[in-house]
Formats: sequence, C-alpha cells, structure tokens
Amino acid sequence: MTDRDERKDAINRLVADFNKKGIEVSEDTRFAQDLEWDSLTVMDFVAAVEDEFDIIITMNRAAEIETVGQLIDAVGELKGEA
Amino acid sequence: MTADAGKPAPRGTAPDLFDKFQPLIDQREALLSTGVTDPFNLVMERVESPTVAICNGKRTILLGTYNYMGQTFDPQVLAAGKKALDEFGSGTTGSRVLNGTYQGHRECEEALKRFYGMDHAMVFSTGYQANLGIISTMAGKDDYVILDIDSHASIYDGCALGNAQIVAFRHNDVEALEKRLKRLPAEAGKLVVLEGVYSMLGDTAPLKEMVAVSKAAGAMVLVDEAHSMGFIGEHGRGVAEEQGVLDDVDFVIGTFSKSVGTVGGFCVSNHPKFEILRLVCRPYVFTASLPPSVVATAATSIDLLRGAKDKRDHLWANSKRLHGGLKQLGFTLGTETPQSAIIAVIMPDLERGAAMWEALLQEGLYVNLARPPATPAGMTLLRCSLCALHSEEQVGEILGMFEAAGKRVGVI
Repeated sequence: MTDRDERKDAINRLVADFNKKGIEVSEDTRFAQDLEWDSLTVMDFVAAVEDEFDIIITMNRAAEIETVGQLIDAVGELKGEA
Repeated sequence: MTADAGKPAPRGTAPDLFDKFQPLIDQREALLSTGVTDPFNLVMERVESPTVAICNGKRTILLGTYNYMGQTFDPQVLAAGKKALDEFGSGTTGSRVLNGTYQGHRECEEALKRFYGMDHAMVFSTGYQANLGIISTMAGKDDYVILDIDSHASIYDGCALGNAQIVAFRHNDVEALEKRLKRLPAEAGKLVVLEGVYSMLGDTAPLKEMVAVSKAAGAMVLVDEAHSMGFIGEHGRGVAEEQGVLDDVDFVIGTFSKSVGTVGGFCVSNHPKFEILRLVCRPYVFTASLPPSVVATAATSIDLLRGAKDKRDHLWANSKRLHGGLKQLGFTLGTETPQSAIIAVIMPDLERGAAMWEALLQEGLYVNLARPPATPAGMTLLRCSLCALHSEEQVGEILGMFEAAGKRVGVI
C-alpha cells in the first residue's frame, strides 16, 4: 500500500464520519456541492483532518480544495510525502 | 478603438451580475409576502432617549441598540459636540495623515490612553476600519492570523486585505487554538485575533487561557472589545481586564459606536513602535478623518465611562434580571448565564423568528432579528441589548412583552 493509498483510506474514513446524508463518495466528490456541507461542518472536518495528520490546512489552502482527491494530494504535500 | 467601446455587452451574452443575489432576493420576498414589517428597514422617527423611540408612530422601548452605557444624550457629551461644531466646523474633509488631524483627534487619543492606561492610541473612522487596518497591516503574506471561527466580518475582511495565511479554530476552544499554534512554523510571524464578547450570542471568551497559550507560542494578540468596553471589567476596559490579562494583550480594538455612543474606531497598544502604523496602515491613511464634533463627543464620553461604576452595576443587574426572567418564561437563550449586555433569544426558525420580531414590535419593543450568515450554526435569534439607562420598570415591561408575544406566536 502506497502512502497515497493510506492517506486516501484515512480521509475516506473521516469523510464517512461527516457524511450524514450517506452520499456515495469518490475522489471526484465535491465537499460543498455534492456533500452539501455547511461552513461549520467544513471547519470541523478540516480540524479532524489536521488532527489525523498533524498538519495545518489554512483557510487560504482549503479554499483551493474542492474534491476528496484534491484533499488527498494536498495532505500529501503538506506532510512532504507527495 | 471603435465607437462601441464602453457600451454594455449585448443582452444574452454575459450573465447579469445580480444573479448571485437571487436566492436572497427570493427569501426576502417570501418573508415580506407573509405580511411582516421588514425587520431590516425599521425607521426610528423620533428618538426620545437612549431607551425609547417612536417607531411607526408608536412609543417603542429600544432593546436592540448598542447603547450599552446610555451615553447618546448625556448633557456633557452633547455640549462638547456642539462646542466643537461651532469652533471647528462640520467636517475635516481629509485624511489624518495629510490635512485631517485636528486638536480633537489628539484629545480623543489622549482620552483613550487614560482610559486603557496604555502608551499609544490611534483613532479610525469606524471600528470596521480599525480591524481592517490593524490586521491587514500587521499580518503580511508569510505571516499567520489565527482566529476564532465566529469572528466579526471586519476581522475576516482584515485578513483578506492583508494576504496572510489564515487559520481558524472552533469557537472559544482553547485546546484547538493551542494545538494549531503548536503546528505553525516556529519562525513565522503570528497574530492571534480574539473578541472579548461575541456579539451574536453575547458570550465571552476565555481570554485568560487563550492569551496564555498564544504568548507561549510567541504570537502577538489582538482582542476586539467592541461589545465590552465601558461595561465589563472593574474600570470598563473589557473582558481582558476582567480576566487579568490586559497587560499581555498587544492590541485592543474598539469602537465609539457602542458604549461610547457616537461613531468611530480605535486601537490602543503598548508596543514601542506602534506610531509607525500611522504611515503604513491604509484604512487609516486613505480615508477622511472623523468630524470634530464626533471626536469631541467621543473624548468626553470616554472620560465619563471611566467613572461610571454605578451605571455598570445597574447594567449587570438588568442583564441578570432579563436573562433569568426570559429563561423562566421558557425561552431558549444563547448563554446559560448572563455574560454581557447582550441576551440572545434563540428562535426555532426564520419564519417564527420574524413573526416574533413583528409581535414584539406591536407590543412596543424593538430587538434585532439576526439570522445566517451573521449568526453561528445557522441559528435565527432575537438579539436583545440592554442599556444602563433601562429602568427596573422597563425591564419588567420588556418581560411582559416577551411573554405576550411569545404566547401569541407559539414560541413558548
């Protein structure tokens, strides 16, 4: 299993915790439009991802991340593993 | 260039830039079609005192202003404003840096330094511009601003103007703040932005703990005390004073439009290099300064607030009684205990919130209807702001009006 696969598993697990509407999730799933998360949910999710990987995702960076796949890659960059 | 240059694009080729507002236009029209008065368009036809106005021809108790200390009709404050109007004219017409600094601006800054016991004070044209200016100037591109997610729009806009890296943490969560601070690069510039009282729910911040973890991480700390100045703390210096951490705060931001009772904003600080901000802070440099009458009323009011202990005591008594009374009537409130002059009454939804707002107005009581995105967690609430000049009888009247309106609308 590659580092990216491990990150993907962990992020999918975290997405599932916040996916209250049970929407099917792929790497193309968009947080705002597809999962319909409000800003508070997004903040809690970002905090959970930060805690999981011990990183900081600034609001500037988060604004550029629209999909699950983009988040997996961004976390890799922030951890220096990409 | 052809003769057509500058003409609007032909219809159908470009989107109407107003389209993005359509959901809000629809929501507003749906609300008004139920027959309620527009809660965001109330006109006070005559203002009789800090606590009473004539609205729609009816005597109305004001419970939705920020006139916490009731300074707007103080005879000394009014006299100072009239004198300055006569002696210095109606306006300055210019920026503080070029031609807009009058004796009154200096006197106002001296009053602020006396009030906070700090070395430096800088007056802005509004509180919004004070946050916009200080945050955007202090935190540049490679610096970090760490802020509470429920921060005021002026704080977010200050972040946007300054291009800093922005890190938000869950409201009033000391552990979340500390965790994030520890993950930031040690060598990076850091500014933690907090508020003493959060205006929507009227809750106070655990500044003692938050300032301690911020300082331990090497961050500078800015506290916006807009809703606590004059009222909270032994000398009315705010939540930072009350919790004993004012000396550790690098910047206190405030406004003249609440307890001071006029308009304007300010920043006070003990930083030895503070004065350079007058040359580099764009929302200070590139705007007209406050009119002489305004800074004269502000300076007089600030000096009066220093000795206003009786008013502070009475306002606390009002806050405790209204909070306890509303709770007893069965309303859901924004805080478990009274923490400030703001008492937020949570409504089940926007429709019943608007109906309750209308029913209170018919009873003769004005409060604020607040709803997303201004409120946290998608809440609709009626925000009550008490004034030190509300009498005991008026607080009793207010409770009676809430009971009658609440039962009529079916909220209690």
